[in-house]
Order: sequence, then C-alpha cells, then structure tokens
Amino acid sequence: MASSQQFCTFFLEGHVFGTPVPKVQEVIQHQEMTRVPLAPAVVSGMINLRGQIVAAIDLRRRLGLADRPAGQLPMNVVVRTHDGAVSLLVDEIGDVIEVEEEAFESPPETLQGFAREVVRGVYKLSGRLLLALDIDRIVDLSDLTKAKNNREF
Amino acid sequence: MDEIVKDFLIESSENLDRLDQELVKLESSPSCTELLASVFRTIHTIKGSCGFLGFARLQKLTHAGENLLSRLRDGELTLTEEITSALLAMVDAVRQMLAAIQATECDGDEDYAPLIELLARLQGQGGGEAETPASEIPAATASANQPGPAADPKACPAAEADEHADLTKIGGLLLQRGQVRSEDLARALQQQELGQKKIGEILVAQGTAKPEDVLAAQRTLEARNPDAAVETIRVGVNLLDRLMNLVGELVLARNQLLQFSSSRQDAGFQAVSQRMNLIATELQEEVMKTRMQPIGSVWDKFPRTVRDLALSCHREVHLELEGQDTELDRTIIESIKDPLTHLVRNAIDHGIETPEARRQAGKNAAGVLKLRAFHEGGQVNIEVSDDGAGLNAERIRQKAVERGLVSAQHASRMSDRDLFNLIFLPAFSTAEKVTNVSGRGVGLDVVKTNVEKIGGTVDVQSTAGKGTTLKIKIPLTLAIIPALMVTSGGERFAIPQVSLLELVRMDSADGGKGIEMVHGAPVYRLRGRLLPVVYLNRELQLGRDAGTQGEEGSVANMVVLQADGQEFGLVVDEITDTEEIVVKPLGQQLKGIPAYSGATIMGDGRVALILDILGLAQRAQVISEREPALHEKDKEKAAGSEKTASDHQTVLVVQCGEKARMAIPLSLVARLEEFPASAIELAGTQEVTQYRGQIMPLIRLSRVVDGSAHDDARTGAEARLQVVVYAEAGRSVGLVVDRIVDIVDEKLVVQTSARRRGVLGSSVVQKRVTDLLDVPSVVRDLIPGFAESPAAV
Repeated sequence: MASSQQFCTFFLEGHVFGTPVPKVQEVIQHQEMTRVPLAPAVVSGMINLRGQIVAAIDLRRRLGLADRPAGQLPMNVVVRTHDGAVSLLVDEIGDVIEVEEEAFESPPETLQGFAREVVRGVYKLSGRLLLALDIDRIVDLSDLTKAKNNREF
Repeated sequence: MDEIVKDFLIESSENLDRLDQELVKLESSPSCTELLASVFRTIHTIKGSCGFLGFARLQKLTHAGENLLSRLRDGELTLTEEITSALLAMVDAVRQMLAAIQATECDGDEDYAPLIELLARLQGQGGGEAETPASEIPAATASANQPGPAADPKACPAAEADEHADLTKIGGLLLQRGQVRSEDLARALQQQELGQKKIGEILVAQGTAKPEDVLAAQRTLEARNPDAAVETIRVGVNLLDRLMNLVGELVLARNQLLQFSSSRQDAGFQAVSQRMNLIATELQEEVMKTRMQPIGSVWDKFPRTVRDLALSCHREVHLELEGQDTELDRTIIESIKDPLTHLVRNAIDHGIETPEARRQAGKNAAGVLKLRAFHEGGQVNIEVSDDGAGLNAERIRQKAVERGLVSAQHASRMSDRDLFNLIFLPAFSTAEKVTNVSGRGVGLDVVKTNVEKIGGTVDVQSTAGKGTTLKIKIPLTLAIIPALMVTSGGERFAIPQVSLLELVRMDSADGGKGIEMVHGAPVYRLRGRLLPVVYLNRELQLGRDAGTQGEEGSVANMVVLQADGQEFGLVVDEITDTEEIVVKPLGQQLKGIPAYSGATIMGDGRVALILDILGLAQRAQVISEREPALHEKDKEKAAGSEKTASDHQTVLVVQCGEKARMAIPLSLVARLEEFPASAIELAGTQEVTQYRGQIMPLIRLSRVVDGSAHDDARTGAEARLQVVVYAEAGRSVGLVVDRIVDIVDEKLVVQTSARRRGVLGSSVVQKRVTDLLDVPSVVRDLIPGFAESPAAV
C-alpha cells in the first residue's frame, strides 16, 4: 500500500479541501454557465466543456457553506465520475501536494450534517488541515432530487 | 481474448442469426436447394472454424447438425417440423456455447448429448445407410464449375467441394500464399480422401499450416462469395458515436466561423469558410448515414419468434414483412426492438384466433401478421397488423370500469377509439387467461412509454372480427433534431419540432384576445377553442423579467404544442429561430427533472436546455398522468353527464344584464364564439347569424332573464357579441350573453322553489346566487319548431 498520495487542493471559505489527483480531469477558469431551472440549488448550471455538457455543482452550497461573495468568480475543478465529468465550483485552486497516510485521521466528531457524509477524513499538514472529499458522494444528488420530486408529485 | 477467437465469435453470431431466418424460411419451402445449401454452408463454416480453434464440444454438435443437413441437401430426407425444431434447438445450443466461449474462453461443460442423439436419430430416418457427406465426392468430379453428378448444381456450392490446387480452395490459396508446402498439401489431400475431415483441419493437425492462416484463407474465400460483393469493414459502434459527436462539434465550430467571417470584409476568408460550411454539412450527412440501419435488422428475428410462438400458442401464422429497407438511427432501432417484439407477441397470443375459430368465422385457418415500415413526413411509421378477432370494445369497457380506470358513465360515453386506447394504460389486460406469452397486464403501457421516450406515438385501430393494427410513429433520428429556439426569463430553450403545432403572437391590447382565466387557470381562445395555457417562466420558476408574459399591454408569444394528444399553449418571451440541434444527454445530476429531455450547444458555444414537452405538460397538469388518453372534451362531457348521479357538476357561468348571473351545464355547450354585432342578420323577426354554413338563430339571454332590452345599447356594429353555442340534433342555437365569467366545477345545491320560465332553479356558485338555465326549454320557447325542423344542409 502506497504510504503517500498526491492530492489536488482547493479553497472554500479559506478552508483547504482536496481530492486525489487521479480523480481530477482538469482545472479551468470560470466559464459562462447556463442555468437549469428546477434543478437543485447546488447545481449552478451547465458548462460546455469542448462539446461535452457538464453540470457544475457549487461546492460551497453542497457543503452547506455561505454563498460566495458577489463578484467573486469561482474556478471549475472538473472531476471524473462513473457517469462522466462533473465540474465542482471552488473559490480558488491550491497546489498539488503529497500527503502521508500516517497524517490521516477520520473526520472529527464535531463535524456535523452533510459535511460529515462527504468528508472522508482529515490530513494533518504542517500548520493546517486538509479535508479529503468523497467526490462520488458529492456528485450524487439523489438525496436532493428525491426530496424535491416527492414534494412535487 | 485471442483476436481470432473474437473474430470467430462475431462472425458466428451473425451466421446464427441468419440461420434462424433461413431455417424458418426453409420450413415453408423445404425443397429450395439454394436455401438448404446456404444453411449447410453456414453450419459448415462454424464447424470448420471451431475445429481449428479447438472447441471440441461445439464441433461435435455442429458436426451432428451438418450430417443431418447434408442428407437433407442431398434429398435423402425431407424437412419436417420435427427436424426444423431440432435444428433450431441446435442453433440455440451453439449460441449458448458461443456465449460460454465469450465468458470463459472455453466451450462450456454441457455436451448436449441428447440433442446430438436426436440429430443423429433424425438423420437415420428415411434413407438407408447412405451416410456420405458431400465432402467425400472425389476431387476429380467435383470442382467449382462442374459439381459432382450426385448433387444438384445449386445444392453443392463451391465451398463444400473437395480441395484441389485452384484458388477457389483453401489448399490452393494457402499454397499460393506460401503458407503451406505443396507436398504437405498433397499428403493432406490424400488423407482427406480416406477420412471426412476438412483439408484445413488436416493441415493444422499435421502442423504444416498455422490455424490463423487457414482461417484467413477461409475468410478470403467467403469474401469472394457474390453475397459479399460490397466491400465492408467492421467498425465499432463506439467509434461511430464518437465520430458523430465530433461532427456535432465541427458543425458548431462551423457556425461560429460563419458568424465570424460575415463580420469580416475579407473575400478570401469568406470563400474558405463557405467551402468549409459545405464540407461540414456533407460530412454531417454522411456520418449520420453510418448510424442508419435498416429496420430489417430487427425484423430478421421475427420469423423465428413468430414460428415458435405460433407453435406454442397453437396458431397458424403467416408473417408478412414490408419495407425492411426503411432506415432508422441505430439508437432508435435499439429502443424499438423490445416494444416491437411485444406487439408481435400480443398479436399472435391475443389477436389471431385458433385455426378452428378462424375457420368457423369463415377465415383462412392461417392468420396473417403483417409488419410494415415506411417513411412519412420525416418520421418512420411502423405498423403491426393482424387479421384476427379485433379488440372487443365491450370487454374493454367492462374491464376499464372494473379496474376503476374510468367511471361507468364515462365509459358508456367513450368512443371505440378512445376505449381502444385504454389498452395502453398500466395494469390493463383483457386476456381471459394468463399465458406465459402475454396477458399479465404488463406490456402495452410499457410499449407506449418506451415509444414515447424516443419521441414517438402509438395508436391502435381495430375492427371487430377483422383485426387490429397498431401504429407506431417515431422520429428518424434522435441525435440531431429540428427544434424551435425560444427564450423565457432570459434563458434559451429548445422545443423539439415534433411537438410543435403553431405559433401565436398575442397582442393583449387587441381587446379580449389575450389570455383569460377559468377558475384561476389561464386559457386562450384559439379559433373558438379553449386552449389551456402554461407560462414557461412560471413553470420553470424563472424570475419574472420586465415586460414579459403577456401582462398588461405587452406582446407575448405563444407556442401551441401537443403532448399525448392534448394541445396546450406555452407562453414564452421570444421565439428566435428554428435550428438543427445536436441532442446531448444530461448528466446524472440533472436527469431526474422531467421538464428536460437533454441539452444542446448553440452556435455561440453556450448550452441550452431541450424541453421535454410531455414532462412539462404533466408537470403543469395540462395532462394528468392517470388518464393520458382522455381528452379534455371527454372529461367535460363526462362531468356534465354525471349530474343525474351526483349534484357535482361543471357549469359555464355567464353574465346577462347588469347583475344576473346564469349557469349553463358545460355538457350542453358546444362552443364559445365571438361575433361582431355587424354579423347579425334578420330572418323575419328572428335574429340570426351565419355560422359554419348554417343559419344559426340567436337568443339574447338577457331578454329571457328579465325581458329588458337594455342590451340594444351594445349593438353598435363595432361591439362584439359573446355567444354560447348550443347544439341539438345537428342544429345550433346561439345564446348571446354579456360576458363569459368562468367555468366552475362545484357541488350545486339547486333550489327549485323560485321557478321561472327557462330557469331550472337557483344555486350558489362562487358565493353568488346564480340561476341555472334550462337551455332546451328556452330554445323551444323562443324558437318554435326548433327540434322538429330538419337539420339544414
């Protein structure tokens, strides 16, 4: 078992989040988006990624954080999922860093709500904490759409 | 997996499909030597190939089949139903073995001994011990051009003749390619005359030729077969899909380029982009063609299906296919496969009667099942018709009521056509007993759903005793569709052209022509019909933009759409253009929203959503999900007719005179019309107007109510009259009212104490006292002889 792993990091509300590099297809500048009415609020819209239509999920909303201040344009982290590419909107992109498995710890008990479901754990880096996200769980919006459909039909 | 094995699998599965068809055909014309030869050749090829590849069990089975076939071919046996069934069973067994090879790379543990025994027993019937396959005809007499005297020329094709050193033989070909030495070949040929093995097998067994070379040579020979005259190569479907995507991209880039070039004054650049335009268009068309497949590729399974079903249901069925060459996009072909199979099963199990019943009905004992496909109006039409008993409207009616799908009163009023369409409702089956073929109540609704999923429609027509026809209409392709682009709330949407009926530009300044409210539900009067209206921005919860949606004094556009037989108007801000769009699927995150069927990329590179009209209509409750086939009119009729059974009914509330409100049962209202006062003419003292080629008498309801004549003030030539048309026995009467207030569905408590002329009683409707008009008596009172006089025209 590999003792270290490369993580692609990004920032949300000043916190550092990350996902293993192989999960990330590419990182791109802010793109013009097409809104999708009736979609869950976490879906900011769709972008045209070289002819492929990709849904953009606002990670701030998905994690229950406050909305991005007006005027601040998000970046797209395009991740690979079993159902094609999905773009995650983040505040800023960080470095690719190497993390040691020994630095890993399960999410602290104080982590509440949905964040607890999608944060796989915490890597203790020098001076800060890196929250490792479960991408597949994040892009699976069935928890949101089901609730919505029940209300409507 | 080995390339050779992979090729063998692909080739063999195609061959097996062909075998199915050929065997069934053979059953109806057992003496066709060409067919026999072809069947024989196919089995022989499989047997030969698995010999090289070392699939012993498969070889043993096919060998048994081959022996039986060779006796058939030589005329020593005649084909019986039993033999055909055995051969088909062999085809199935081979298929299973191939599946096993695909999964495990070995031909499974099953040795099919009983089947081989059966094949051998059948082979032993009839003739004596003449168990000599054609491959033993000596080389000297059997060449490709001069077949042996023992066999019919057609029955003994080149492929099975003995090997000698010409290029139509495997041996000769190998020799020419230097893949075998001539002395080895000669030895092998000698050995072949002693045994019954194929030359290739012997060469491989001797180790003098490589299996790949033998297989390649065999394939070369098959390629020379006149059947394979057109040069083809195999291309993976993924590659075609990818090509299609790239071409879609190219088309978008082209659109952008054109926009760009038109803003430049560079003639050279413009010429190049024009050329690019043409090439891209042509490329798009050609790539589209690569995805087209004849519908025959689905139908080819049916002869076998029909044969098996007919046997198990004890029917005699003659299958007719028409229009096999009709081409469809690959993805559509895939998605209609199951619905079509289901319809075919249904037709045999439920449609076509038993031979005895058919004879009693004076019909031919064998029923005819006809599949027909043709292009019409940019769509593909597929019909599945049988000449069986037809649908029983009475039984459907009973069943529908029993299952609580419609009320008894409603059912008694439904037309046969509407009744027939009930069979598409879930949990509907009229089969008296459940068979393993069909009748379990799942089925036709699934067929309908599947067809609608790909933008198609299903309709049923039936005549008792004569048969049933199911008609499916589906679009040619799903990949690129013509669409109307609209905007609403600042967003762009694409509406598939198939659902589009017409466009209406509404100028609400034009008095009374805008959208009206019926009990809170917006409606629009389109040529006298009330059309339910849906606001796209409200339905999609888009923010309200300034000056939109036909509010005060503004202009709005309405798109009249059709979903599941129900028309409705969709109000949008702007209608921009029609365009050919490339349909792209939505990601899993957005799939659950029923209002969209996909997305597309526009010329400017931005994404636009494609509206799913059916989903949108259901969302807006223009059509209910429970009774999809019932039209608004029927519901109204039903509601009106129920007044005897319950006091809950739908009435049209009108205003006559200053204060009086009157209610007219909606069931008595044929239409709502609007006439200019200038259209009123006089026939004697009776006011009339010309209406649909008839002279329609008019009754001013306000005079009925209070006998006043205050309405005369409104009869200036400019004024418009609101008219409720009542029809009876082919004649119409217009009831002139001051204003149409609403359509109300309420529980009416009618108090009949205050009985006046022309009024049934009073009731409280929408918290106001309203008189219930007795329309027939008013008409009889005011227009004597109305009912008695014959209908004009």
